[in-house]
Amino acid sequence: MDLSSINPVLLIASLMVSATPILLAALGELVVEKSGVLNLGVEGMMITGAICGFAIGVNTGSPVLGFMFSALCGALLSLAFGILTQYLLSNQVATGLGLTLVGLGLSSLIGKPYEGIKSPTLQKMELPLLSDIPIFGKMFFSHDPMVYFSVALVAAVWAVLKFSRAGLILRAVGESHDAAHALGYKVVRIRMLAILFGGACAGLAGAYISLVRVPQWTEGMTAGAGWIALAIVVFASWKPWRILIGAYLFGGVTVLQLNLQAAGAKVPIEVLSMSPYLITITVLVIISARGNHGAPAALGKIFHASR
Amino acid sequence: MIRLEKRAQPSQFWTFATPFLAVIMTMIVGGIMFAALGSDPFEAIRTIFWDPLFSEQFAAYSRPQLLVKAGPLILIAIGLSLGFKAGIWNIGAEGQYIIGAICGAGMGLAFYPSESFVIFPLMILAGALGGWAWAMIPAVLKVRFGTNEILVSLMLVYVAENLLASVSSGLLKNPDGMGFPGSRNLQQYPAAANLEIFQSTGMHWGVLSAFIAVIFAYALLSRHMFGFQIRLAGEAPRAARFAGVRPSRIVFLCLGIAGALAGMAGMFEVAGPAGQITIDFNSGYGFTAIIVAFLGRLHPIGILFAGLLMALTYIGGELASLMLGIPSAAIQLFQGMLLFFLLATDVFINFRIRFSKREVV
Repeated sequence: MDLSSINPVLLIASLMVSATPILLAALGELVVEKSGVLNLGVEGMMITGAICGFAIGVNTGSPVLGFMFSALCGALLSLAFGILTQYLLSNQVATGLGLTLVGLGLSSLIGKPYEGIKSPTLQKMELPLLSDIPIFGKMFFSHDPMVYFSVALVAAVWAVLKFSRAGLILRAVGESHDAAHALGYKVVRIRMLAILFGGACAGLAGAYISLVRVPQWTEGMTAGAGWIALAIVVFASWKPWRILIGAYLFGGVTVLQLNLQAAGAKVPIEVLSMSPYLITITVLVIISARGNHGAPAALGKIFHASR
Repeated sequence: MIRLEKRAQPSQFWTFATPFLAVIMTMIVGGIMFAALGSDPFEAIRTIFWDPLFSEQFAAYSRPQLLVKAGPLILIAIGLSLGFKAGIWNIGAEGQYIIGAICGAGMGLAFYPSESFVIFPLMILAGALGGWAWAMIPAVLKVRFGTNEILVSLMLVYVAENLLASVSSGLLKNPDGMGFPGSRNLQQYPAAANLEIFQSTGMHWGVLSAFIAVIFAYALLSRHMFGFQIRLAGEAPRAARFAGVRPSRIVFLCLGIAGALAGMAGMFEVAGPAGQITIDFNSGYGFTAIIVAFLGRLHPIGILFAGLLMALTYIGGELASLMLGIPSAAIQLFQGMLLFFLLATDVFINFRIRFSKREVV
């Protein structure tokens, strides 16, 4: 094995790229779960976002339009989830699973004609001055706009949840929907908005995979990234900055194992490819062994304003 | 103004009616989808739901297929339904199915070319144990550390898929296969083959096991103390704990049974219809079984019929893609929609719809 073929600068740079989809999806799911809703359909919304964004990107030649459309598609799918769980009071776990199954079917149906096509992709945006810093410039400040956007979104979500009135209401709804309802907040409406935000984020995350990271369409290309995003929300104890850490750690594992495969490590390829999932399980175990601190108290509970 | 009003008791009528309503709604929306794809919706629905059973041209082939496809679905769904009833969400049945197949096939191939009659029973045992062991991972982690079983069981599906890829081109590779990945074909190895019990009915040992599982689960849930405890743990976890139901025991048993049944399903599939271990041997039965479990109202008899219906959509879907050029992904979407509509209409079981004018307070 030739470890010297792994360039640490490129490793960190590609780590950020491979972590971005999980970061976006996990961030959206964080907001959803903070409002007390467990949406297990992230994988389905991601893959639908991936193909919708890809299709628009290929047909219009504009990846930006693709991203916008993927967010719309993700939000539309999550709207279905929201109507079922919030208005028709269905079980959130089952509905989320259903959403994933629908999303997988829908995406492979739409995606058939797009197999094997290359899409236009986002240009790298070198931040002025910062990208000229030796080593660190290449590592952190020479990426496509979505990477910066995702980090900015972490800061925005953190600030809104922590400092704004809207964030306080959202957290109140997630901790105790009955109390929030008694105070006069529209629990269902607030949750619907959170669900739509989560869907849009998952859509963007999917489009990032199909438009930037790969950039191609293959069936089932998200390969469990949506589920890993769900695990990262638990890992982060429902805190935005820890989502960033979790996603980047995970991105690091993914990139490292790909690099090791390329460098011809003396470990079977299958063991390397299953390592991200095994590490996710290990991390989940470590986190849960310490107790589930920070889970919103009303997470997954059904709210019905009876009189 | 439409308002939902909670019923004092869950409605018996709607419990039975919603699956039918969901199927009809799926047919309507599915029909619109097929029309959008450019085929005649009525012909498409007929090809999927009618032709496999009653068309003179296809029925002879597709009727046996119904049991072949329904067998694993029912077997897995029965196991899942126990857990779902108790609020234990094992969604990694696909992984347990794969591991069961690997263990079962491995056991059979270890004896190749011996012709002893004990090989097939041993393979069933190995398959069930493999699936059981795979399901014990999330069970132990949940009981010991409180880890979320949904995420762990699902992550293990991807691990199992990688293991499958590994053994099909390594450990279990056919030494006479001229370098192609994939194991020996078990159908050409009589002692290990899962043959039809009655000729050309599709009734193989896995289907028989599925029927036995239905009866077993029915007896368990309606007559046995443990079945009562499962329902209690799901519907009123606090009351269950006061009544002395040990949550860890429920977790172990529910996940264990589900894993063993899924593992058996995988073993019967690899020794029968599939024939050999290949990289893409698994075909998503573990996920479709989730739909089957819900469509069957988590009730064994319901699951029996739901499994047959879902098998029908598989066969009808193949037929529709052959005859009408409807993409097979459309059928996957069709099945997902079915679960969605079912969950949507389930609101009628616990709630009554009231139309009232908006009141001025």
